[in-house]
Amino acid sequence: MADEALFLLLHNEMVSGVYKSAEQGEVVSAAKALEENGRCITKLENMGFRVGQGLIERFTKDTARFKDELDIMKFICKDFWTTVFKKQIDNLRTNHQGIYVLQDNKFRLLTQMSAGKQYLEHASKYLAFTCGLIRGGLSNLGIKSIVTAEVSSMPAYPDTGLHPKTPRSQPELKPRVRCSTNCATQVLR
Amino acid sequence: MAVCVAVIAKENYPLYIRSIPTENELKFHYMVHTSLDVVDEKISAMGKALVDQRELYLGLLYPTEDYKVYGYVTNSKVKFVMVVDSSNTALRDNEIRSMFRKLHNSYTDVMCNPFYNPGDRIQSRAFDSMVTSMMIQVC
Repeated sequence: MADEALFLLLHNEMVSGVYKSAEQGEVVSAAKALEENGRCITKLENMGFRVGQGLIERFTKDTARFKDELDIMKFICKDFWTTVFKKQIDNLRTNHQGIYVLQDNKFRLLTQMSAGKQYLEHASKYLAFTCGLIRGGLSNLGIKSIVTAEVSSMPAYPDTGLHPKTPRSQPELKPRVRCSTNCATQVLR
Repeated sequence: MAVCVAVIAKENYPLYIRSIPTENELKFHYMVHTSLDVVDEKISAMGKALVDQRELYLGLLYPTEDYKVYGYVTNSKVKFVMVVDSSNTALRDNEIRSMFRKLHNSYTDVMCNPFYNPGDRIQSRAFDSMVTSMMIQVC
């Protein structure tokens, strides 16, 4: 079905739309540009937040009640991720003190992007919505959290001037989502 | 059929409350308020495992002489409370469950409405008409 492509395209347009509307067209200083960037990311994250709240309500309609936080995180990794991205989270780690690291080796929204170092800094724009999605879902389930995402590319060849003879396949961007459920300090951007 | 239906948010304030005999509303509001304690008791893990911990439907919360109060909790800790007339003995557990299911489905639809801010009172007409269909027809 074409469902996945639809959301991917919508998401890409959404990101560029938010950034375009933020552009004033005038010459902005570097500091202001950074501030604009932050504001756009916040906007995207808040959009994801609201969508996450609604989605979670729909997905948990028929599931049994959750026993504890870990149960909720497992639900996010398996059912929620499968329904939204058609695959499960590849790796879930926790320190049992409120920090969970979810690792997705082939993040759907980023697979279409070529893997060059220059694109890494822009990857955060494309992760903001998903971070908001998770934060919204967790907040609706009663967990206050801070969700951050980081992207690390596949280990690159060392820069010794050696060139591989065979064409290298596209390395996948491996974003890692880190949720910390620290209720004492909640930072609202 | 229900006499009073209430949707209570996670922070324990009402998102939607409606009762059929529109005079004496306060009595129903008070009943719903007191039933919240019973709901909390049932969902806390420390209580004796009278209710299956994994179920959303809580069952009969407490009976009074005129009315019976039923409860249901969603995974997002939103509580639905329904007060039914005790004299209506034909009402079985399954029917109550199906009424709660309908309530839950309508609530989910309200939640997904982009114009609805979570935490506001529910003002959706579709939700209203669904609740009306569940309530007693008092002439």
